Amino acid sequence: MISHDSNMIPAREPPATAVGVLAWGKNNLFANPLSALTTLLIAYGLYLLVPPLVQWAFIEATWFGTDSNACSSDGACWAFITARLDQFIYGFYPEEQQWRADLFFAQLVVLIAWLSFKATPGKKWVLGYSLVMMPVVSWFLLYGDLLGLEKVETHQWGGLMLTLLLALCGMIASLPFGVLLALGRRSNMPVIRSLCTGYIELWRGVPLITVLFMASVMLPLFVPEEVVFDKLLRALIGIILFQAAYMAEVVRGGLQAIPKGQFEAFNSLGLSYWQGMIMIILPQAMRLVIPGVVNTFIALFKDTSLVLVIGLFDLLAIIQAGLNDPAWLGNSIEGYLFAGLVFWVFCFGISKYSQRLEQQLHR
Amino acid sequence: MSDYLDEPRLQKPLAKSGQPGVTIQREAAVEQASLIEISGLNKWYGQFHVLRDINLNVRKGEKIVICGPSGSGKSTLIRCINCLEEHQEGSIVVDGTRLTNDLKNIETIRREVGMVFQQFNLFPHLTILENCTLAPIWVRKQSRKAAEKLAMEYLERVRIPDQANKYPGQLSGGQQQRVAIARSLCMNPEVMLFDEPTSALDPEMIKEVLEVMVELAQEGMTMLCVTHEMGFARTVADRVIFMDEGQIIEQAPPEAFFSNPRSERTRRFLGQVLNH
Repeated sequence: MISHDSNMIPAREPPATAVGVLAWGKNNLFANPLSALTTLLIAYGLYLLVPPLVQWAFIEATWFGTDSNACSSDGACWAFITARLDQFIYGFYPEEQQWRADLFFAQLVVLIAWLSFKATPGKKWVLGYSLVMMPVVSWFLLYGDLLGLEKVETHQWGGLMLTLLLALCGMIASLPFGVLLALGRRSNMPVIRSLCTGYIELWRGVPLITVLFMASVMLPLFVPEEVVFDKLLRALIGIILFQAAYMAEVVRGGLQAIPKGQFEAFNSLGLSYWQGMIMIILPQAMRLVIPGVVNTFIALFKDTSLVLVIGLFDLLAIIQAGLNDPAWLGNSIEGYLFAGLVFWVFCFGISKYSQRLEQQLHR
Repeated sequence: MSDYLDEPRLQKPLAKSGQPGVTIQREAAVEQASLIEISGLNKWYGQFHVLRDINLNVRKGEKIVICGPSGSGKSTLIRCINCLEEHQEGSIVVDGTRLTNDLKNIETIRREVGMVFQQFNLFPHLTILENCTLAPIWVRKQSRKAAEKLAMEYLERVRIPDQANKYPGQLSGGQQQRVAIARSLCMNPEVMLFDEPTSALDPEMIKEVLEVMVELAQEGMTMLCVTHEMGFARTVADRVIFMDEGQIIEQAPPEAFFSNPRSERTRRFLGQVLNH
């Protein structure tokens, strides 16, 4: 025990330059002359850039209106966005049926929230539903022609709804398909190995635009009319087949990182190939490839905007279409900024979720 | 069970206690019948002739220590027995099942042959208990409850029941190797293969693993050990086999092997291992 008699030196506050804002500034902004100069230059740059931007985007901006004339010439014309928000979200989905799209969005929000929060029960079942049932349920919910729901043709779908549907179905289907391809490429059986390798090299070697053109234009030329199915579905399958090739290579990287001893250990215990893969190898490999898988997911999310070349109106395409409206000419900056913001929000969300997942798994 | 043992049983046998019946055809249980029969075994890695004309019979309950310089093919030999390595010539029969390319046969044999590796090879994403119950549940089709009970029994035998809910990364090397032994035993194997089980361990941990192995030997488990622990060979081995350049140079009971080795090469090897 330390006795506190008068000879002990009492604790003092540290000097103001050692802690707090001042110390931080001194260490990080003005540590030496060069650092001080850089700080001042950047500050001046921000001073030139930020106030006009805020002025344009917020202070002088027009938020509501019916056409371009309502907008002031000095500020952003967000009225373009607000007036057309419905279309940006639902595409040409009939207005009286839009509750179905709302239900689709609500379903996504609930599922994601359910999987994100720690306390919610039955995660396994919810995940199972999300991965297997959700795409099918969503499809029938939006397409209708079932259980008294009115049929809404897919060419009427569009906007954010279409973007999310394409991206989600693409992600959910391409991951398992990619895993199978990766396992096939590492198989001992020469036929399976060369088939999978050939598939991956073929699909990785062509641009996605080519694949989409093939799906929408070429396929109907070669296949009898009765067999040709919905254009959106064809595009979706094209995206899935394409992304699976990329996914396969990401997963293969993870499989290669698993020590040989793990394979030998499950073999020597008498587990079969599939038992070992599902319970031993893949759980470890998938943990390793989360960053790579998320990278592919984000690329896929943004690649969905390529469906505009085959006449599907995803979020970006429908904003572009809106820019051609005579009533709203000259709003391309606002339109593209909005599209960029929406894409960024979703991609950033995916990235954040994956970081959390990594932290949870790497105890 | 046949009385294949002369050694006193210190405790109740580790293996074969109350396990569900296994349906594989077995040859008539002749007294002193061979559990493993290897004849005319040859193996090549590309052009390299790694195993040459190996003939080896292992009786039930027999304990065999295989030693030899590195690269002599001793690990390869025992890895052929549960088909982690393929051989090109000769035959291996384990407990009446002949090792062929048939996947069913391979899996049958692997169920009866436990293996412990130099690098432990525990599954890092599963707890100790899950490591031990995985194969009994999925291969032996035991209920989770029964498998867990069995696993706890074996974890107690290797003296780490309190670690059951930890992950392998949280354990020391010696503890991990003991878990690996328990994991193999949970499958109630007929024979255990040890591939240099103590070579990756710190000196003070070697002892705790060897103690478990000695106990296992005393309980009558059939064992093939590749090891440089000559003390272990002296204590438990029925036969010591010396291999060099892919061949069995000499095999003898430990007393004869250590005191009166016949071949010059064995003598040289023993001189190197024992004199340091």
